[in-house]
Amino acid sequence: MTLLTASRRMPSTDVVIVGLGWTGSIMAERLTAAGLKVVALERGPWRDTATDFPTTYAQDELRYHIRHELFLRPAQQTMTFRNRSDQTALPIRSWGSFMPPNGVGGGGVHWNAETWRFQPTDFVLHSHLTERYGKKALPADMTIQDWGVTYAELEPHFDRFEHLCGTSGRAGNLRGTRQPGGNPFEGPRSRDYPTPPQKQPYGPTLFAGAATSLGYHPFPQPSGNLSQSYTNPLGVTLGPCTFCGFCEWFGCGNYSKASPQTSVLPALVRRSNFEARTQCEVAQINLDSSGKRATGVTYVDASGAAIEQPADIVLLCAFQLFNVQMLLHSGIGTPYDPATGKGVIGRNYSYQVTSSVKAFFDDRIFNPFIASGAIGMCIDEFNGDNFDHAGKGFVGGGYMGAVQTNGRPILGTPTPKGTPRWGAAWKRAVAENYLSSYTAATHGSCYSYRDAYCDLDPTYTDHLGRKLLRITFDFHDNELRMSQFLTDRLAEVVAAMGPRSLEKHPRTGPYTVTDYQTTHTCGGAVMGVNRETSALNRYLQSWDVPNLFVPGANAYPQNAGYNPTGTLGALAYWAADAIVGKYAKDPGPLVRA
Amino acid sequence: MPIDRRDVMKGALAGVVFSPIRAPAAIVSGKLPWSADAGAPPQPVSPGSWQFFTAEEATAIEAIVNRLIPVDPQTPGGKDAGCAVYLDRQLAGPYGKADGLYRDGPFTSGATQQGDQSPLTPAARCREGLAELDRGCRAAHSGRAFAALPEQDQDAVLSSLEKGEAPFDSAGSKAFFEQLLKTTHEGFFADPIYGGNRDMCAWKMIGFPGARYDYREWVERHNERYPLPPVSIGNPRGRGRP
Repeated sequence: MTLLTASRRMPSTDVVIVGLGWTGSIMAERLTAAGLKVVALERGPWRDTATDFPTTYAQDELRYHIRHELFLRPAQQTMTFRNRSDQTALPIRSWGSFMPPNGVGGGGVHWNAETWRFQPTDFVLHSHLTERYGKKALPADMTIQDWGVTYAELEPHFDRFEHLCGTSGRAGNLRGTRQPGGNPFEGPRSRDYPTPPQKQPYGPTLFAGAATSLGYHPFPQPSGNLSQSYTNPLGVTLGPCTFCGFCEWFGCGNYSKASPQTSVLPALVRRSNFEARTQCEVAQINLDSSGKRATGVTYVDASGAAIEQPADIVLLCAFQLFNVQMLLHSGIGTPYDPATGKGVIGRNYSYQVTSSVKAFFDDRIFNPFIASGAIGMCIDEFNGDNFDHAGKGFVGGGYMGAVQTNGRPILGTPTPKGTPRWGAAWKRAVAENYLSSYTAATHGSCYSYRDAYCDLDPTYTDHLGRKLLRITFDFHDNELRMSQFLTDRLAEVVAAMGPRSLEKHPRTGPYTVTDYQTTHTCGGAVMGVNRETSALNRYLQSWDVPNLFVPGANAYPQNAGYNPTGTLGALAYWAADAIVGKYAKDPGPLVRA
Repeated sequence: MPIDRRDVMKGALAGVVFSPIRAPAAIVSGKLPWSADAGAPPQPVSPGSWQFFTAEEATAIEAIVNRLIPVDPQTPGGKDAGCAVYLDRQLAGPYGKADGLYRDGPFTSGATQQGDQSPLTPAARCREGLAELDRGCRAAHSGRAFAALPEQDQDAVLSSLEKGEAPFDSAGSKAFFEQLLKTTHEGFFADPIYGGNRDMCAWKMIGFPGARYDYREWVERHNERYPLPPVSIGNPRGRGRP
């Protein structure tokens, strides 16, 4: 299928990668190491630490957070949104609930670097929950499923990603033996984190004491903002985090935050069989006349010229939403139809369910600006299926904790409920509470449902004339009950920290695209064991087009109660190994359907 | 083939101000592209007269920001903090033009959770909002403009605007108030390089040290007030130890 006619054809390459963020960089590194010639196409600009996020002006809340400088602009690409399929979807005209990345490094540039592994039961979720609670325990319209890959299979790849990043943390489960001070609920790990945990400021320390007093087991959040300098297996060195408090939304000026820039690209770019082309936006994946083989991609360069890049293997490594959109635009796989429940492209779109507890203290100085995207103390007692859900009215869970990400004042000046939004009383409350208030948070799972999906919008188009992706999504009762439960448990811990007052903010419906929650959009082209219910097999290979692999959060059949990037990195390594070890030797479907 | 870093940065900067789509393509291979002085430091706010507001609008805006953020004995109000200057330069620039936002029609109003669907740019919304504010004020207060009203009356007018009460009950006036409040707070707390937060007055008010970037010696000093004054990205000489 060819939708766009190219004016020029480049020489063929072994591998073409669409998008040079975390998954693209990791896949490129592995495949060039195996001797394949790789061309990466990135629609945004090249970005490097010294030039683009220097310590002289990276700490600019207005420019980077409020005005979204490092992000994709909606004028270039956005989505339409509605809560339910009987509504008319409208375009997201400016970013709110999530922020799609742009440029080399992708979301790896401006993430908080909270680097978690999903739990063993998360990967076999449907089997596990139905076995423990029975099929009737799940809502009828819930469409959760197993991933087709297990934690044990991914463990070496989690380990590789953590050692690529230099992740700072403390093991809780070393080869099945519990380790003091780590997360007792984590899956067994083959070795400890590459670097020790980051130092903890006051708030997380108080939180940990309160959690311990309630019988919980607090541990330092695994952080990709490093506690000390570290040289990774590629020979790239990262520096220690300085707790500047400009992490999420910002590039790191200290080479302290794991990112493609700090962890992969300096080694990758030296390889003669690697080439990156920036400001080149892939418009479609091209298929041969059988529709079962990708011949490469067609992209539009900065001059507006359409150029064809033939390749033997296509790796779709863009952000989750754009991977789904590209499959739909390229006519790969059967689009999902919510009326029949059939079709796979767009199916099982999910998100993340976050909530918070805001607390106001007397005579406490938290210095919220002494922060990194991932310092904090957490508890995992209420994540996944770590607790008995019988009689709770929901499945799922999340971690919770005091994660001190920033004290940036435009968006970070909490005032107690009832404070006017402006005027003298507002000003006084801001001045009084800035240093002495503390917000703790929960980070909950979001399971998938028959009526939450992506397809193409009938009305609105992007700057290349392609239909925008249409998101139909709302929170379900299961998730809202979970959020209320998690928020109540968190409030108990926060109460034990001794505040003057606290306010619970559980997630409530309906889902809105205007308020920032997380950029953890998931699913839409999921991996699985069955081609009727998944777009990709267990190796992230398209069931329909075997020389196409689509690593990314699009592959998550539902989202777990953790930040997704650790699992994203592990899956990229897992898929790269399958390509090098299996596919390159015998090109074709790696799983027979 | 090494790329010309300057060209790329011109492109990246253009991306900020205009559109990322027009930046030149580049091929990166063999080594990391880099050249000296290729970054895009922020542009300090230009001094001088109003760039967006008319003299009359500026008078109203200065009065408004001084009620949203009133003067107190410790900290200047919105006017002396530079919030009106901040708003003026923002509205005259890419923000005011809604640059980079999705602007294709049809423009249809939807549910709140679908976000702002107005075809108005922030600049147009502010201009229309100020005109409506002026009409409403003069009608209710014997022909007097907002800036000429006593403070209590100004606060009452702003409250009506916030709540969408008569005479400000059009759909646009509430959106105007929300935009005004949000951007006034932005100006108050953003780096002073953008015109507000003059002398880092807002940062001093709350105890935010600004752009210091290194708290390694302080992370484990719990429940202690951080002693150093704030610094701005526009004033690197202010950084370091006192």
